[in-house]
Amino acid sequence: MIYLQLLWVFVKIGVLGFGGGYAMLSLIQHEVVDHYGWMTTTDFADMVAISQMTPGPISINLATYVGYTTAGFGGSLLASFALCLPSIVMVYLILKLFMSKKNNSLMDNTLKGLKPAIAGLIFAAGLSMMNTQNFVDFGRGQHNISVIICVLAFVASYFFKANPILLIVLSGVVGFIVY
Amino acid sequence: MKKPLQLFWSFFKIGAFTLGGGYAMLSMVEKAVVDQKKWIPTDEFWDMIAVVQSLPGVFAVNTALYVGHRVAGTKGAFAAMLGAIIPSITIILLLATVFREYRDQPVVERIFKGIRPCVVALILAPSLRMIKSAKVTWKTAIIPIATVFLIWWLKVSPAYVILAAIAGSLVYAIIINKKAKKEEAQP
Repeated sequence: MIYLQLLWVFVKIGVLGFGGGYAMLSLIQHEVVDHYGWMTTTDFADMVAISQMTPGPISINLATYVGYTTAGFGGSLLASFALCLPSIVMVYLILKLFMSKKNNSLMDNTLKGLKPAIAGLIFAAGLSMMNTQNFVDFGRGQHNISVIICVLAFVASYFFKANPILLIVLSGVVGFIVY
Repeated sequence: MKKPLQLFWSFFKIGAFTLGGGYAMLSMVEKAVVDQKKWIPTDEFWDMIAVVQSLPGVFAVNTALYVGHRVAGTKGAFAAMLGAIIPSITIILLLATVFREYRDQPVVERIFKGIRPCVVALILAPSLRMIKSAKVTWKTAIIPIATVFLIWWLKVSPAYVILAAIAGSLVYAIIINKKAKKEEAQP
């Protein structure tokens, strides 16, 4: 049963995953944390951090991790292949249909319209992770260092395009010192 | 070495050494496939990438499949895809086993208490950058706001939101294309 669920979840993500790894992240979060409850929101945050810091596509990393924690070694392989399955079908079907110029401009404009929605999707994933499990010292009369880390990391990433791995390592060091 | 094997090895190296997601690996793929092996001419490569970018799914896997298929057919497609994902799967499996063992250690817990708020920031920042690059105006701001409201507040499945957004965008694209055609017809 768990295998079937993994297969279904990751095939779905492979089909609907427009807009790169981050967009898939919100799909994965919904299924894994909200819908099936395979992971807590802190597990999810840890998994994203590990997937960010390791080489390779982030969504494959996430699929492997989710598969492994829910159904062991077999689950990890199944989840990763399920994620690739729609792509394999597409090589043979869609490529032949969409390679023509005429369809291309329609596709381009559709994607342009899709972009604001994808951005909202990713933003929602971030918002869902803003809770006291991930921000352990949030609240009045507390140090709120987690909030400071989040704001500084945001500024560094948004305005200065800082390397995400560097930011994760630095906040890990800060966590080690203050907590 | 046979072509599928070469493809496997090229994408294996790319999968094992590129940090920072799909777009970071593009220049490595170009270097391997276009510059060194001369399997695909430069302009054809970038035409392919333009199509691959508009497809759903894992960008690196899509690129591997299309490049592999173009160079050595079905065998090439699968060889390139496996090359791209095997390093990821192996590394994550190793790390997940280690992490499971040590995650309850106080030291690890302290480090991750610092990392989690950073991860939240790393998800929020690119979404806002995307809104900026999509040239969202006050009028169209309703789209991302509605998306956030539906998913975060009402807990609607993102899958439905994406399907609805695709339908809406397709209608929008058809209207724009028709307009462009009309303007072409009357100079």
